[in-house]
Amino acid sequence: VCFIPDGLDCSISFVSHVLGKVCVHGRQKEILSVLVPRLTDLTKSDCIWQRICWRLVECVPDRWMEAVVLGFVQRAPRADVLSRLLGNLVVKNKKAQFVVTQKMLLLQYGHTTAVLQNLLGYLALDSLRRALLIKVLKELLETWGSSSAVKHSPPEQQQYISKAILICLSHLKEPEIESCRQELLTSMMEGVKCHLDSNLPQIRHLGMIVAEGISSKINTDGPVLKFQYEEDDEARELKSLLVQTPPFCVVPSPPDDENDKADAALPGVLESNKKSHPAAPVKPEEESDAELDSDDDLIPYDMSEDKELKTKAPVYIRDCIEVLTGSEDVDKWEATVKALESLVRKNPAATREVSVELAKIVLHLEEKTCIEGFVELRQRAQVAILTTDPIPVAKYLTSQFYSLNYSLRQRVDILDILVLAAQELSYPKSHGKTKHSDAQKPCIQLLPASDSSKDWRRIVDERIKSKTRRFATGQSQVERASGPNEFNSVAGHFFFPLIQHFDRPLMTFDLLGEDHFVLGRLVHALAILMYLAVNTVAVTAMGKALLEFVWALRFHTDSYVRQGLLSCISSVLLSVPAERLLEDVTEELLETQSWLGDVVEKDPDGDCKRLALQNLLLMENLKKKLKTIPS
Amino acid sequence: MALPPPDPQFVLRGTSAAIHTLHFSCGSQEPAVPVLFSGSENGFIHVWNLKTHRVDTALDGHGRKSVYCVETMGGKDQLLSQGRDQRICLWDLAEGRTAVMDSVCTENVGFCRCSLLKVAQGRWLMAMAAKALEEVQVLELPSKTSVCTLKPEVGAKLGMPMCLKLWQPNCGSQPLLLAGYEDGSVVLWNLSMGKALSQLVCHQEPVMSLDFDSEKAKGISGSSEKVLSIWSLNEQQSLQVYKTHKLVNAGISDITIRPDKKILATAGWDHRIRIFGWKNLKPLAVLDYHTATVHAVSFSDHKIPSERLLAAGSKDHRISIWSIYTQT
Repeated sequence: VCFIPDGLDCSISFVSHVLGKVCVHGRQKEILSVLVPRLTDLTKSDCIWQRICWRLVECVPDRWMEAVVLGFVQRAPRADVLSRLLGNLVVKNKKAQFVVTQKMLLLQYGHTTAVLQNLLGYLALDSLRRALLIKVLKELLETWGSSSAVKHSPPEQQQYISKAILICLSHLKEPEIESCRQELLTSMMEGVKCHLDSNLPQIRHLGMIVAEGISSKINTDGPVLKFQYEEDDEARELKSLLVQTPPFCVVPSPPDDENDKADAALPGVLESNKKSHPAAPVKPEEESDAELDSDDDLIPYDMSEDKELKTKAPVYIRDCIEVLTGSEDVDKWEATVKALESLVRKNPAATREVSVELAKIVLHLEEKTCIEGFVELRQRAQVAILTTDPIPVAKYLTSQFYSLNYSLRQRVDILDILVLAAQELSYPKSHGKTKHSDAQKPCIQLLPASDSSKDWRRIVDERIKSKTRRFATGQSQVERASGPNEFNSVAGHFFFPLIQHFDRPLMTFDLLGEDHFVLGRLVHALAILMYLAVNTVAVTAMGKALLEFVWALRFHTDSYVRQGLLSCISSVLLSVPAERLLEDVTEELLETQSWLGDVVEKDPDGDCKRLALQNLLLMENLKKKLKTIPS
Repeated sequence: MALPPPDPQFVLRGTSAAIHTLHFSCGSQEPAVPVLFSGSENGFIHVWNLKTHRVDTALDGHGRKSVYCVETMGGKDQLLSQGRDQRICLWDLAEGRTAVMDSVCTENVGFCRCSLLKVAQGRWLMAMAAKALEEVQVLELPSKTSVCTLKPEVGAKLGMPMCLKLWQPNCGSQPLLLAGYEDGSVVLWNLSMGKALSQLVCHQEPVMSLDFDSEKAKGISGSSEKVLSIWSLNEQQSLQVYKTHKLVNAGISDITIRPDKKILATAGWDHRIRIFGWKNLKPLAVLDYHTATVHAVSFSDHKIPSERLLAAGSKDHRISIWSIYTQT
């Protein structure tokens, strides 16, 4: 497309129409891939071309404006290029303004960071447009700070909005920040609150990073907000958005800084050398003062092994109880805490005598001195106590879960211990020490659970083996030695007390209200216990109770809780034998199936949808399996 | 690069009880056998033959109550032993006899080891803790007559006497007594007048053991805390603290200075024996062999310097014999 610039009055509206029509029919890529680079070059220094370009986009009819603007914003390589191409379009044209400030930022969230940078940079470059930038920031903050948005919008959208906020902040200048400081502060406080309330760690991190960013901008002098979180790639990327590098700056300071640092280091070294010299002459003088005596003939031996004596840990369980409850001797206390788990495992009979008391003491054990890995030591000791004497200790722990005046950490600890102990009990004993993985989110695998095969099976197998002629042996697999399933007798004791009182609020503990974090953990724990209860006698009753529990909570607003509920359903489908499911649990299954369909369609959280889909597939598989088995 | 500490020359086993006291008798000429006496918690006194490393005789005279002090009175034929049965026994061991010649009833239930001093041929002074709580009684042996009773003044609150040492400044002059008490102080007593000449608070905890070098008028005491205290006696017979030494682990059961006054050994609750130079208390070695508290250390009285030995008896039923710093 070639234009004659000098002196001629030309009308570009036809070209605009063409451009608009092409864009709206979805051909943005083709036409703009040619047009935008050409225009970029042409408008680089030529004012007339710039004005022509602006006219071009301004004349696009409103109904096609969105497509064109979108295409331009996406294709422009940098913010200043976009500025040259679009000019003050957003100020002049209502539709363009809507697209740029509302649609692309709040309603869509699929654009890349580069596009966001271009868009917001474009808004920042001209004084007329800066007012829009501030308006945009305020709206973004309003969305970021609204608790319903945090709960119901997908994490990807929340990340997009956080990025946009950080980029806006990076563009703001001092006077602008001054003028809206109070509003920034208010929205930051609200936003931080609802972000930290969430159960998903990603949301919490986003909240923390954005709050830190805002705080650093509004409190340039004085203490800034600082959170503690893991510095992963996402966090680093977000933080880098806060700083705008101007496109043409050279990097001058580092070499100077390095020189300065080296200079500063040298005098330090010299000083320390000087200090050591005066010290050295003093010592020989002292020694020469002492008489020369025959003692110098006696050469000392090597005494480097002479260290402080370590206190021994107690060898009896009752001694441990004494030390942990009363002793002021911190060395002994430390040694006891470290030795507790192995002592409990080595002395099961002695532990059974005092199991509930010991469990009580360890549950309330606080860190007296700084021991490395204290939390893990405590947890392992508790698991050991629980597996040694499951029924009374489980009774105690589940009753304490619903008692007054426990901290959230202690209640969650109880859940973790029950799950880990269940895992240990349900695994074949001859496996040796099974790895206790921190099972927070159970992964749904279609693994066969531990078998509790009986002796007769082994004898029959051997008889068959000896009687059949083998022509070729396939790959021999090492068969796991099996033993009785210890979880069988206690599964009910772990499970039913936990599920009993969830709807009864206490003074300090309200599962259905504020403490939805614990509810989420409880639901996940129940899912794991259900999964581990495969092949136990109580499994059908457990499955029925669990499905009713799920039904009562299915509309909970917290997505972590819903994910837990869906894992519960998976566990039920995997653990309860198919025949029992169809016979005893039919109504609950049908209700659940209809709910699952709902979740797949309407739930805002991607993970929930995926889990619901998996559950539906599991149900389909079950049906097929039952149809193929001849009844 | 310092050498690693030496291993014991040999270890005596067979007491089957914790050893509380040791005493060498190796001064006699050949063909007499060097001998070590040990007192154990089961009430036996074992006479060890240091050539064969076996028990020659076992003496049972304290009714199976723990023996916590053994001393020879001029050679190995006369032995004095003190036990928890509140008796001090005098033994006649000549020509293979194992008879208790005489005994003194102390009526004291404490653990304070008695102290012997030869004042003339055939006459000894013995200081021991008496029946009353804070008193020390001095007897003359073998007549068993009481020489004096040393009572601290009223309100002194010294507690029980924990360790005693009788000594004479030069031959023939008046003997003096150093006593370490439960409150951590060391008191110098004049026996003829029965009065305390000087008192020094050396420790915060009870004085567990002390030893004194009469030539240099310097002494050392150990306690249940981490500090060794060295004190000296000036011309006015008053005690002053000379130096303190901090140990790695708390608790000293016994201290003894070698007869040539070159080195000293301490027996520790941390199972270790520590050797120091006596002149400046320079740490020389840490001997780590035992697996329980070391209750007693003793140096031998060999005439030939290179044969000198150090013995340590411990709660782990072993006696370790060391040959250390014998060249000087």
